[in-house]
Amino acid sequence: MKRSKKTEEAVFKILSGFATYSLIVILAFIIIVVFVKGFNALTWEMVVKTPKGGYYYGGEGGVLNAIMGSLYIAFGATIIAIIIGMPSALYLNVYLLRHKKTQNTIRYILDALWGIPSIVYGAFGFTLMLYLGLNASLLAGILTVALLITPIIVRTFDEVLSTIPKGLHEATLALGSTRTEMAFKVMLKQGFSGFITAVLLAFGRGIGDAASVLFTAGYTDLIPVNIDEPAATLPLAIFFQLGSPIPEVRERAYAAGAILTIIILTVSLTARLFSRQYSKSNIN
Amino acid sequence: MHTNEISMLINEQIESISTNHNIVKINNLNVYADSHQILKNINLTIPKNKITVLLGPSGCGKTTLLKSMNKLTDLYKELKVTGNIFIEDDDILHTTKNVPSIRQKMGLLGQRPFPLPMSIYKNISYGIKLKGIRDKKLIAFSVEKYLKEVGLWEEVKNRLNQPATSLSIGQQQRLCLARGLAVKPRIILADEPTSALDPISSKIIENLFRSLKEHYTIILVTHVLRQAVRLADHVVFMYNGEVIEQGSPNTLFNTPKTQKLKEYLVDGN
Repeated sequence: MKRSKKTEEAVFKILSGFATYSLIVILAFIIIVVFVKGFNALTWEMVVKTPKGGYYYGGEGGVLNAIMGSLYIAFGATIIAIIIGMPSALYLNVYLLRHKKTQNTIRYILDALWGIPSIVYGAFGFTLMLYLGLNASLLAGILTVALLITPIIVRTFDEVLSTIPKGLHEATLALGSTRTEMAFKVMLKQGFSGFITAVLLAFGRGIGDAASVLFTAGYTDLIPVNIDEPAATLPLAIFFQLGSPIPEVRERAYAAGAILTIIILTVSLTARLFSRQYSKSNIN
Repeated sequence: MHTNEISMLINEQIESISTNHNIVKINNLNVYADSHQILKNINLTIPKNKITVLLGPSGCGKTTLLKSMNKLTDLYKELKVTGNIFIEDDDILHTTKNVPSIRQKMGLLGQRPFPLPMSIYKNISYGIKLKGIRDKKLIAFSVEKYLKEVGLWEEVKNRLNQPATSLSIGQQQRLCLARGLAVKPRIILADEPTSALDPISSKIIENLFRSLKEHYTIILVTHVLRQAVRLADHVVFMYNGEVIEQGSPNTLFNTPKTQKLKEYLVDGN
């Protein structure tokens, strides 16, 4: 290899390596800052108790209301998004296979929906809520977040399905499979790990978004027991506490941030383990 | 095992060994891709229980012809197919029968193997279940039967639950052949099935074709002249979307009538 080629190789290797490792450093830095700043407030009480009187002025209690509210909203919205998103992605790649123009138009619309800021979804959800005569509630929060994350699930899963070789489609159909059998028995299995990634991305976006639930889910110190009751969420708990002039309350904001991070990492890890196990036993 | 499943199996066995006119007849077949004509007025007769080789240079329309026969051309909106393709007297281009049942008459073996994303066992049982068979013992029996038929049983019998992708490419191609046979086709459509294989795996596939033609009609697409010489009972030479010559290999290879085939034979050798 010529010297110039060797230099080119070395420079690109260093630059790409630097870019990759700097991302890991940034992620580690964010996590460290959140955990260090919230360390003193990160107690067991914080996780298992709801806010008591004067909590937002440094009083007793925790953010169980926001943890439960976030989980209810994120899981509810993710389930709705899967129910709508999975068949949509399959439809795009199975039934619209012959219709490239329609396929591209739908993809363009989904990309636009993905790009719309979450506050716009929040405003839309709020308008819809008023129109339907609903109050700020768990249901309104779930529906708004579902709208926000459905395009993420569809497009991410769609990208995975579109990489499945046409030869596999032909081989499956040549056996006498119907398109529906091909979609659910072959393509879903082939793209399962991509589907898990899509769900994780959507869940992460859903549980971490504040703007979409600001007007729609409301905020309460109680854990909702019905879907028509308001629900607190962790992003809003962070938002409200971080603006406090009291240092102990601001520490609690970071602690809530750490809890949110732990939830996302736990769900992500569990889903990946499940996906790997599923792949071992079924997919390949 | 249920009685209806047993009778279904027996009927299919009888059908597969019967000596009825199990042929393909193609009349005035034209395939257009938008304004470009890929196949031009194809007229063909494919003899039963023989290996018919579709021979010709790359891009001459061999694969399109093969895909027309099991209606895989339907997957491409830009392709327009006209004419008649009779498979066992059924004009598949104008029949009211459902497409999956037409496709099950023909097993497809592609240029490279595409195992289904499941275990070795399930790759075979998938096709069997598509035929409506649910009895586990019968499925297990059939899986073993078809894996033996392609000479793969001894190699995989202790790892049936492993992913199909864990097999070598040559083994995967044989698995795909077994999977195709499991839906009990009359015809095997093979589209350059050895092009991605090493010489040993290619030889295994070729030998399999020789033994399989006893029960199946094989239509083999290839541009490898030597393979055609080794396997063909009937040869169809195509060039630029047209059938130029067809007949026995002896006649075509020894006394070609057209200049195009003569040139192809000279270049191929």
